[in-house]
Amino acid sequence: MCKCDSEKDIYLPLPATVGKVKSMTKLESFFSCQLDSGEELGHMPGQFVEVSIPGIGEAPISVSSSPTRKGSFEMVIRNVGNVSEALHKLAAGDKLFIRGPFGTSFPVDEAMKGKDIIFVCGGIGIVPVRSAIQYVLDNRDDYGRVIILFGAKTPSDRLFIEELDKWREEKNVTFLETVDHRDESWSGPEGVITTLLPLVKIDKENTIAVACGPPIMYKFVIIVLLEAGLREDQIYLSLERRMKCGVGKCGHCQINNIYVCQDGPVFNFSDITDIKEAL
Amino acid sequence: MKIKKLDKAAFGKWVNSCIENQRVYGVQAKEDRFVFAPLVSAKDLRLDHDVTILPPKKYFLPPQETLLKFDRKEGFESVFDDEPFVLFGVHPYDMVAISQTDKLFAENHYDTHYFKRRQKATIVASDVQNASKDVFAGCMGTATVNDGFDILITKIDSYYLVDIRTKKGRALAKTIKDAEDADDMSLKLRKLVWADNTELLQKHKLHVRPEVLPRVLDRSYEHPVWEENAQRCYSCGSCNLVCPTCYCFDVRDDVEWNLQKGRRYRVWDGCLLAEFAAVAGGHNFRRNRADRYRHRYYRKGKYVPEKIGEVACVGCGRCITACTAKIANPVEVYNKLVDEGK
Repeated sequence: MCKCDSEKDIYLPLPATVGKVKSMTKLESFFSCQLDSGEELGHMPGQFVEVSIPGIGEAPISVSSSPTRKGSFEMVIRNVGNVSEALHKLAAGDKLFIRGPFGTSFPVDEAMKGKDIIFVCGGIGIVPVRSAIQYVLDNRDDYGRVIILFGAKTPSDRLFIEELDKWREEKNVTFLETVDHRDESWSGPEGVITTLLPLVKIDKENTIAVACGPPIMYKFVIIVLLEAGLREDQIYLSLERRMKCGVGKCGHCQINNIYVCQDGPVFNFSDITDIKEAL
Repeated sequence: MKIKKLDKAAFGKWVNSCIENQRVYGVQAKEDRFVFAPLVSAKDLRLDHDVTILPPKKYFLPPQETLLKFDRKEGFESVFDDEPFVLFGVHPYDMVAISQTDKLFAENHYDTHYFKRRQKATIVASDVQNASKDVFAGCMGTATVNDGFDILITKIDSYYLVDIRTKKGRALAKTIKDAEDADDMSLKLRKLVWADNTELLQKHKLHVRPEVLPRVLDRSYEHPVWEENAQRCYSCGSCNLVCPTCYCFDVRDDVEWNLQKGRRYRVWDGCLLAEFAAVAGGHNFRRNRADRYRHRYYRKGKYVPEKIGEVACVGCGRCITACTAKIANPVEVYNKLVDEGK
């Protein structure tokens, strides 16, 4: 029987304080937070934390900011469950509790280095990917071309509106976006996110694709990326599951033999093509 | 290694001395079945039991277990349970299951809540005297056990062999009186008990060695048996509930009446239950009953073995007995896959 590390409690959350709160859409709000210990969160882009409200519970939430931006970390929380509803009632100065960071990250320092990067973000999928986008932009010289594709359901579902505009104006970034259903406020393209892919030139030998969105998006995005000539191992995905414990014990996030909280949430597509429950 | 030979009276005295000195749980009758429960007298101990309704897992991973207490202003604090206790009458297959769970709670992230309790436990295992109606430990290699326990008891004729293996075992055995060292004859007879049990504990017979199951499952993902059996599945989770190797859990919060203080606790969960893989917002990643049903067999026969190198079914047969729909017999399911692949 292992007797290592016998006092550490893997389930104990640490206190943090809310800095800024901002409503982004009807359902989503933005939170910046800082650990009360004064330490950095120590995450890499793509990782998640377990966020606790005592008395309500704990939920897995992606970290949306890049570790290159020190001091605080940011999350965007969709109000869909008990914990997220309670989080939406928090204001600046309020306490919440954090475990993590957990899981794998986008390979910003490995496979992505020196390559053209194409980010494909569907709806709330932009939340974890934003961390990688910021990381890449903060180390811009380390990468080739940067292409960001963003698709939202409707114009009012768009997240990070000001940052989207910044990316659009950035000289060495190609930014394209679309909405599934337009309204009178929208003069941009209408259509699902895959309609944006033919509009960009992809250097198939030298590109890494990073995709995050609803389960249905992957099926179509992957087909288009493979048709564009990318190999399976040039595609990274972030998958959502019920990551309850974050430490590979409770069983809820399993995809066949894989624990998303440990082996994911970021996967190289070539590693999960044989995993039946993955997509 | 020290093996003592005790007659019935000496054995009873020893058990009672254990009860006087510490918290002891042991197998006892509950109507016509058996359970692990707090032991108050040696006369209630039933080492002739066939199988207990719930496995002894409940003492290491309690059905409900407080992990943390909290104060909404102060935050969280760990709660550990490390009061020593003794467990009397753990059958070999259940011992194997406990050793497997030890590995799973230690790998990658060490679960202090589990191990605080586990390290304070003294396990007195007991060789099976009566086979239950659905046991198949014999073909899973778990009818006998060689490690993991602190003491192993084997009943031979009218006396007990008490095999003391560990420091905790030696501490517990200190109060043994009127015992002699086991002689060669009784050790030979114990070997016969083990050989007999391997034969007798096979009320269902697996057609392959258990080590082959991961390979059988490799080619069985699309087999019709998952859909056929799942059509009769109530998604009740009884198979999960009684399983000695199931360890999935949910984590929940409980608030006191003052709405300030409370506790975070874990509670047994089951992968057959409909909402097991559902996320906030309503998407259920394992919505189909057949997918959940199949997942359980893959966990036992492939996924967990990939992690710890052992098949995570120990042949206790509890799921077979517990399943109202009569679809939970692992031997029937695995044999179907084996035979049709031949």
